[in-house]
Amino acid sequence: MIALVDCNNFYASCERLFAPQLNNKPIVILSNNDGCVISRSNEAKELGIEMGAPAFMMEEMLNRNQVAIFSSNYTLYGSISNRVMQTLNEFVPQMEVYSIDEAFLNLDQFKHTDLFQLAKKIRNTIILHVGIPVTIGIAPTKTLAKMANRYAKKERKAEGIYLAETQEQINELLAYTRVEDIWGIGSEHSKKLAQQKIFTAAQLISLSEEWIRKNMTVTGQRMFNELKAVPCIGWEWMPAPRKAICTARSFGQLLSSFEDIREALANYAGNCARKMRNQQSCTNLVQVFLQTNTHRTQDKQYFRSVNIQLPVATNDSGAIIAAALKGLRVIYREGYNFKKVGVMVLDLVPEQSVQLGVFDHTNHQRSKQAMAAFDSINTRFGKDIVRYAVQGYKKKWKLKQERLSPCYTTNINEVLTIKN
Amino acid sequence: MKPEILECAISLPLCGGGIPAGFPSPAADYALEDIDLAKYLCPKPGATYIVRVSGDSMNDAFIPENALLVVDRSIVPQNKMIVVAVLNNEFTVKRFISNSSGIRLMPESKNNKWKPIPITEGMDFKVWGVVTKIIVDALKV
Repeated sequence: MIALVDCNNFYASCERLFAPQLNNKPIVILSNNDGCVISRSNEAKELGIEMGAPAFMMEEMLNRNQVAIFSSNYTLYGSISNRVMQTLNEFVPQMEVYSIDEAFLNLDQFKHTDLFQLAKKIRNTIILHVGIPVTIGIAPTKTLAKMANRYAKKERKAEGIYLAETQEQINELLAYTRVEDIWGIGSEHSKKLAQQKIFTAAQLISLSEEWIRKNMTVTGQRMFNELKAVPCIGWEWMPAPRKAICTARSFGQLLSSFEDIREALANYAGNCARKMRNQQSCTNLVQVFLQTNTHRTQDKQYFRSVNIQLPVATNDSGAIIAAALKGLRVIYREGYNFKKVGVMVLDLVPEQSVQLGVFDHTNHQRSKQAMAAFDSINTRFGKDIVRYAVQGYKKKWKLKQERLSPCYTTNINEVLTIKN
Repeated sequence: MKPEILECAISLPLCGGGIPAGFPSPAADYALEDIDLAKYLCPKPGATYIVRVSGDSMNDAFIPENALLVVDRSIVPQNKMIVVAVLNNEFTVKRFISNSSGIRLMPESKNNKWKPIPITEGMDFKVWGVVTKIIVDALKV
């Protein structure tokens, strides 16, 4: 059996943990640059606030209903997520962290355990120890566990758990779930199914496997078997190292000058290099792109990208930043209001299998040592405490985060202060 | 996977002093790991939060202004423990008294303006966590 544990309204719950005055009050969290709504408390959902709704268009409505608004504080959410995952791990060592607020647990070791009682214990422990409410769905496959979780959220609010163990319990799920709400079914396929008068998961499994494979490819076939309680989606204990890493963000304000954009790009490139070192990969292909804001029709529009090839694959911050800036010099044009710059490192190869060049005179050992020192200083004393000069301090590009909560758990100067 | 939470392992050397090269250290057979202050202060990082206190309502309970409190949420509050509570949607730090006459939150202060708070029905009251350690910057008191 497999459990899917999902934190309820995770970002809003994290904010509420340190702000009890927001209990029973509507809360929304905004995306980077305070653009649109990415998380809502139940009270905010009841007000009819939609996911993805642009904040600037509802300012009046948010104020009128006294909705608490937060910029996204990923440092805080990441730290609370670690606590949730660590607590889960103490119960079930075999687990797969699926996202910041979800994890699959492999319950195969609990053959003679009452799984409902186990789920109850897990749920109570997380709310007590960490302070975050979770919902748990348990079923024979990942797809059904997802479905059981969704069912628990909607129909078992008080317990927060749904166990789909017997065929009867599974059937209840299948009859309840509409095809567009099945994990992994896109809008194309749900339209196709609607034409066949197939609206629920229960109707879907009455189709022949042949029809599914023909019309919904191998992925559809896998989902079909998962619904029939045959596990087809494997476990990913460790996230696979990424083949490409991209850092691209919209600026907090429109930027035109080369120097301002260069500062942003140098920081993004440094970020990519650090992430490559974390997963021990190197790149020899750096892509840079630069674009204006397509929504500002009054502005001249521009989009261009360029690839920079490096002679030897590297993850040295200096080398990656230099390559990115070389790319920027190629694509930058004066006289535009730019909205976004980005850098992507592609074709990542493992550090140990880097091919050295004949004419390459870089001292790789020295670069490696320098980067190790660079990373350990920054881990200990704070991100970007040591930086390349070109990364700068002007930060005109910095995200708009006007309603950021304190980093309660990661910065001793920002811990919760209790007036006593 | 085991995510680390409190990454501020502080090590204090138990024995110092350089040993000239070539001589085997007489301490080698007795070597033990340095004291891990983080582990001592926070044995259960997954259930522990740190908060700061401003105000004098607990200054007679070793909690001066600006003290940092280590708060463990996994401990069930018992009579006479110091707790972080949420009372009518506000945080407060007080001594938790639970006996036959009910639950009270007791201040412990040289300032006598602070009075005991009996918890009655209809009050919105919850213990948020139990205070396990108090950290005071001795250079700043």
